[in-house]
Amino acid sequence: MSTKIGVITFPGSLDDRDALRAVGLAGAEPVSLWHADANLRGVDAVILPGGFSYGDYLRAGAIARFAPVMEPLMRAAAEGMPVLGICNGFQILCEAHLLPGALIRNQHMHFRTRDLWLRVENHRTAWTSSYEPGQEIQVVLKSGEGRYVADARTLDELEAEGRVVFRYLGENPNGSQRDIAGVCNAAGNVVGLMPHPEHAVEALTGPSTDGLGVFTSVLAHLARVSSGTSTATAGAASR
Amino acid sequence: MTQQITLDSVEHAAATPEVVQPYAELGLREEEYLNIREILGRRPTQSELAMYSIMWSEHCSYKSSKVHLRQFAQKQPPSDRLLAGIGENAGVVRVSDTLAVTFKIESHNHPSFVEPHQGAATGVGGIVRDILAMGARPIAVMDPLRFGAPDHPDTRRVVTGVVAGISQYGNSLGLPNIGGEVVFDPCYQGNPLVNALCVGVLPVERLQRKAAAGVGNVVVLLGAKTGRDGIGGVSVLASATFDETSQQRRPSVQVGDPFTEKLLIEACLELYEANLVVGIQDLGGAGLTCALSETAAAAGTGMRIYLERVPLREPSMEPHEILASESQERMLLIVEPDKLETVLEVARKWGVLATALGEVTDTGRLVITWHGQTVVDVPPSSLADDGPVYNRPLQRPSDLALLEADRAETLPRPTTPEELRATVLRMAASPNLADKTWVTEQYDHYVMGNTVLAQPEDAGMLRLEDSGLGIALSCDGNGRYTRLDPYNGARLALAEAYRNVAVTGATPVAVTNCLNFGDPEDPAVMWQFAEAVRGLADGCAELGIPVTGGNVSFYNQTGSVAIHPTPIVGVLGVIDDVRTRVPMGFAESTDGHVVFLLGRTQLELSGGEWAWVTHGHLGGKPPAVDLAHERRLATLLSQARTRRLLSAAHDLSEGGLAQALTESTLRRGVGVRVSVPADLDAFTFLFSESTGRVLVSVPEERVAEFTALCDQHEVPHTRIGVVDASSGALTVEGQFTIPLDELRRAYSGTLPALFSGTTT
Amino acid sequence: MARVVVDVMLKPEILDPQGEAIVNALPRLGVTGVSSVRVGKRIEIEFDGEPDLDQAREIADKLLANPVIEDFTVRVEQEESVQP
Repeated sequence: MSTKIGVITFPGSLDDRDALRAVGLAGAEPVSLWHADANLRGVDAVILPGGFSYGDYLRAGAIARFAPVMEPLMRAAAEGMPVLGICNGFQILCEAHLLPGALIRNQHMHFRTRDLWLRVENHRTAWTSSYEPGQEIQVVLKSGEGRYVADARTLDELEAEGRVVFRYLGENPNGSQRDIAGVCNAAGNVVGLMPHPEHAVEALTGPSTDGLGVFTSVLAHLARVSSGTSTATAGAASR
Repeated sequence: MTQQITLDSVEHAAATPEVVQPYAELGLREEEYLNIREILGRRPTQSELAMYSIMWSEHCSYKSSKVHLRQFAQKQPPSDRLLAGIGENAGVVRVSDTLAVTFKIESHNHPSFVEPHQGAATGVGGIVRDILAMGARPIAVMDPLRFGAPDHPDTRRVVTGVVAGISQYGNSLGLPNIGGEVVFDPCYQGNPLVNALCVGVLPVERLQRKAAAGVGNVVVLLGAKTGRDGIGGVSVLASATFDETSQQRRPSVQVGDPFTEKLLIEACLELYEANLVVGIQDLGGAGLTCALSETAAAAGTGMRIYLERVPLREPSMEPHEILASESQERMLLIVEPDKLETVLEVARKWGVLATALGEVTDTGRLVITWHGQTVVDVPPSSLADDGPVYNRPLQRPSDLALLEADRAETLPRPTTPEELRATVLRMAASPNLADKTWVTEQYDHYVMGNTVLAQPEDAGMLRLEDSGLGIALSCDGNGRYTRLDPYNGARLALAEAYRNVAVTGATPVAVTNCLNFGDPEDPAVMWQFAEAVRGLADGCAELGIPVTGGNVSFYNQTGSVAIHPTPIVGVLGVIDDVRTRVPMGFAESTDGHVVFLLGRTQLELSGGEWAWVTHGHLGGKPPAVDLAHERRLATLLSQARTRRLLSAAHDLSEGGLAQALTESTLRRGVGVRVSVPADLDAFTFLFSESTGRVLVSVPEERVAEFTALCDQHEVPHTRIGVVDASSGALTVEGQFTIPLDELRRAYSGTLPALFSGTTT
Repeated sequence: MARVVVDVMLKPEILDPQGEAIVNALPRLGVTGVSSVRVGKRIEIEFDGEPDLDQAREIADKLLANPVIEDFTVRVEQEESVQP
């Protein structure tokens, strides 16, 4: 049976089809999930895609976190299901307190689309295990509210626990603290990042195919979970 | 403000023929008003007068342009691709057995000057709904923009607002922005041009119609609530009944809500897929008035509308305000009664309001009631089709002869290597030629995952999912060329867009346009318009590709001074395999490839960027245009692409070869070494704007095959140099070398220096 | 020291997508009976000396508000009253 990876469509989700395509290219079965259904349809992992859920009018992600689908998602995440938030999905995970910190307006106040390089700082999460330690990958950033902020204690904690998963290389594109592009929860099964790995999966349409590793990582992770210690959680697997 | 007033019903109007009506304030001429009275056999009600004033306006009726635009149909070359053409919401072109593409440009110029952010945002929203109404999923946008002088104190407000508005609306809709133009010229100071292009794709059988067919079918309003957006034009109608303070509260600025539009798109697509819609029309600038009258007129039916059912944002709105409202993010559907419940269900799923307003009748009259009283009873075609048509006087502008005589070819030119080098850098840094990344990086060109090429490439290119097939799109215009020679200026714009599509390897198949001009009642402006339309229609006939639709924007004028006549031409191309597309830039992997210049170079500087940047000069005759050559060139490029002979191809346009070399080297930071051909001087070689030229790179081992192909298609080709990755520089042998870092500083510094920093 | 507070709101007739999005989300939190939400901006201006209402009004008119679509009000607020 193939691995099923769900992508949630919220009203205003935009990169949901791209995430589904990336999942398919990685070799998993893509499954569309709907914000109003309190049901994860038996998927093995979930992606919250980019976009402007509910227009992002109040704060990015602020309204989406109350969607019915978030209830089973929160439970599954607590039980170790791999969850990835990309861009708006990262913002939603922060608003839902599945990840620490917040994403605020870019320091230069403009929406910015740019091909850029990230360093994979933690290759042991559910979503980064295919990468080499410290691997540099080229992906796409496109956001207006992508500046990662948290209080100093949280930032220190993230650094100390190796929970900074991706860091911007070169010029900081949005003013994110400590050049942070992505973080994970303590167990390593929930990862959020502002740049879009799903837009770097085909040479024809992306700056590279480096982003594919995020999706193959979770497949490898899930295979390890099911073949290894049968009761292993994502937390254990992420060590 | 809430004082009870007598409703101006049809009955009341018939009983009070003597009432004086403010038709002139609504922009109607006396004979037009009398014509309305004759059509109705009585004076119009307030609501009817509002509707006629809207539908008979220049914007909706094309009353000044109609007689000229007919040429697009009359001169149209035969095409077996055209599924819907002029007169529909947008032209539809078949691109395969199963897929069709629809595209169109529209202007949102004046609103973008008044409130740049919202004006530009709602411009995007409007054109997207046009495309949606054809049954298509919108898949990309592009924005040709014109602004005033870059250093004028007001330009920053307009530029930052317009770009932010396009960014906010387009990005929130999830539509990649794949191209466009940013041009500065003092003539656009009080009249910036904000044109918006949208392209969509649909299965051939999903093509939608706007006709309100089927007596008994239900008329449904889908989308946002109706407010007092954009009703400034008809607010005069309330002056007799409302006090002064309420007058000040009549906004004419529309605010866009891209989130609602995104839901509207998904809801409509789901309705199409389930075959739940008989007819559909977007609500644009003329709101319900236009949608109701056009759908009924198209079907030759009548309609019965209960206006009080329209969901209002402001309960105090009067019937004429509801009919005139330009509130955004609304569509009108015609639905069979037994499918209504399913339609409402789909709307609920997407969280979009849907309201049954009335039904299609066989009366041939559009009858609108307000709480039981009839406020409108008119033949719909009298609004939609039978508006006035004017054959306005034409007069060649009196200054044109002098302007033509003042040729740029007589200006002093740089000659030494040092002067030429400095000129390359100065040109690269000039606002019109400089890097536009500051603008385009505010747009998302990745979303949807099918963007194969996007700005700064010559054309945007999209993969159409589930097939190797793709489309390419470019839009171009040159107001200075058109000012000097409107007939050829339009043909030059067409040639440029056509060539931009061709260099990617795609085959051009269809044309759209947005014609931006001054006051049509000025015979000189009208002459420019007539000449430009004639040029464009002739040009399309020569190139063998049809005009599928377009838009006219008049009154781009401050006082007696009109903008340069600015026809923007959009060309759509088709490519059978997007993986073979040709990019514009030299790459590390193409080091040593041979660089050719295709086409013929002559000393042509008039109307060009060099004359403008270095001398502030505009005069003479624009470069010659040879459309037969353009056709041969396009065929050559397409065949060379199919045979994989080209590693890069880049169109030459404003700024000539120097600018093309700048762009092709900086695209991927890979240098080039060229030398001046024996029959040209270095200046002409570098800065002439002769058209019909393309810079290409060819692998050494394919050169013989390539030149043979050029000969076969009778395209002049000159070997001018090689891609030189290790040099890291742009070198013109025997003249100068510019390290790419230095070139990039010049090219990329200009726009951020002008417009970055704090904005509100 | 006193500060001047400028409240900027969209004019009542202008569509407020932000407010609409919030009002539509409220039922999800179990909140009913709210028919309208309008969102605006609050700007606090501190002058070096005495608060200058006229100058604040001018700042608001020229910069803080877009008179095409927004209204504003200006008032002096004592600092201690800021914290409830």
